[in-house]
Amino acid sequence: MVEYILEPFDYDFFRRGLLAALMVGALGGLIGVYVVLRGMSYIGHGLSHAVIGGAVIGFTLNLNFYAGACALGVFAALIINRITQNTKIKPDAAIGIVTTAIFALGVAIISKLRNFKQNFEAALFGNILGITEQDLMIIGLVTCITMVTMFFTYRTLLFSTFDQEAARIFGINTGVAQLLFSLLLTLVIIVSLNVTGVTMVAATLIAPAMTARMLTDSFSKMVVYSTLIGAITGVAGLYLSYIFNVASGATIVLFSALLFSLSLLVKPLHSH
Amino acid sequence: MSSNLAVKLSDVTAGYERNILFAGLSLEIGAGRFTGIVGPTACGKTTLLKVMLGVHPVIAGSIRLHDAPVSRIRSNTIGYVPQLGNTDWHFPVTVEEVITMGLYTNGRIWPWLSKKERGKIQAIAHRLGILDCLRHPVGNLSGGQRQRAFLARALINNPKILILDEPTSGVDIRTQHEILHLLNDINAEGITIVLTTHDLNAVASHLPWVICFNRGMVAQGRPNEIFTNEILTRTYGGDIVIVKHQGHLLIANSTPLNFADDSKW
Repeated sequence: MVEYILEPFDYDFFRRGLLAALMVGALGGLIGVYVVLRGMSYIGHGLSHAVIGGAVIGFTLNLNFYAGACALGVFAALIINRITQNTKIKPDAAIGIVTTAIFALGVAIISKLRNFKQNFEAALFGNILGITEQDLMIIGLVTCITMVTMFFTYRTLLFSTFDQEAARIFGINTGVAQLLFSLLLTLVIIVSLNVTGVTMVAATLIAPAMTARMLTDSFSKMVVYSTLIGAITGVAGLYLSYIFNVASGATIVLFSALLFSLSLLVKPLHSH
Repeated sequence: MSSNLAVKLSDVTAGYERNILFAGLSLEIGAGRFTGIVGPTACGKTTLLKVMLGVHPVIAGSIRLHDAPVSRIRSNTIGYVPQLGNTDWHFPVTVEEVITMGLYTNGRIWPWLSKKERGKIQAIAHRLGILDCLRHPVGNLSGGQRQRAFLARALINNPKILILDEPTSGVDIRTQHEILHLLNDINAEGITIVLTTHDLNAVASHLPWVICFNRGMVAQGRPNEIFTNEILTRTYGGDIVIVKHQGHLLIANSTPLNFADDSKW
């Protein structure tokens, strides 16, 4: 029985995948708290599409996946940031316009270049068991950058998320805070693509944060709970996907939805 | 030479895009004064406060706080309490976390509170009577307690000027009086207070100094001196009736409302 339980750990690809799921899960849980509380739940879905558009453009310029994805993902985040700051357009509309346009550009390039052979299936649906050492290093680097930055900007991000205008009046540079947050979010989405894929990355940002929200009314506790829930979800989801031989991204998302459903039993939505 | 002015606006013009809200406004508020700005909805009261706070760009003119340009004022010189009607009460923050936000510009980068910060929070919470609520979610508090939590956030850096946007809106008349008494006590310690209100009877008529504002200053003075039919009509439009009873002012619109036949009730 013990051998059966420990069997997947004999494989290098599984151990790499597990480490990637742990880091990406924790990252999604951490940054997801701010995404949910800023009312930007749609951004995960939107930016992941922009990133794919960017990757396509990158490949046509002979760049690797991360270079194109990162450049266009950051570009999309900056444009969304700019549009929502200076016009009457709300974030959801800006996300919808900008990210879909970049995704459409990628699709247009693929349709124009008939000899385009790059396979995007891994990015669309996730391919955690195909995680390479290089992928793992990039995920580790983004995890370190995001965790350290969010640790040291905790106070700034909390105040600007709770009340942007008051934060500005109290002397916080909310423009820089917003920009920093957008950049980190883009990086997190890019490294999440190999784990859950474009189609499900939004759930890894939202579900752990929503589950944590059901368990506490304190912001600091919500951040800790959501990060832990994200990490547990990543690891447990991947393990279950191996046991039941189901797609890893789908299992991670289904497991996070299960945890959210259980949290509703603990504290129904209407009790607040 | 230092003047005794907390706020000095000289020839200020401000607004939004093509909508100029007020032009050529000059206004002085003495240090240690308790001033209310009254006026109808959308008359520019909140914009005026934001101009004073230095967060709303002006088209022309200058703003000085305690003799220094507003752009050079350290953020902890001013305490600010926003209109709480716009606050998301489902946001997961405790009273302690709300008060802590007031300390966020003091340069400390660690997420947790220092011993000194914790002491300051407990002292201000004790002073405002919310010490027992520190661990409670702010959304679960009464209107008066919520206002005290945000007041604590504004006061924790010992500001010289306290600016409040509609601090008494959305609370019952008893809580309104509680808040006004609390602000009076704070003002007695030497802090200049500037607030906006649209409530002439329960709030403005009790204040020591009032500015009637409608896209510009209509008049300023003590309520019993400037709450006249002529000034209030110029401020609010329509005919205003003012009744004086045992030293209190009661202000109402002179045109009665004619609802449908009430015999069926």
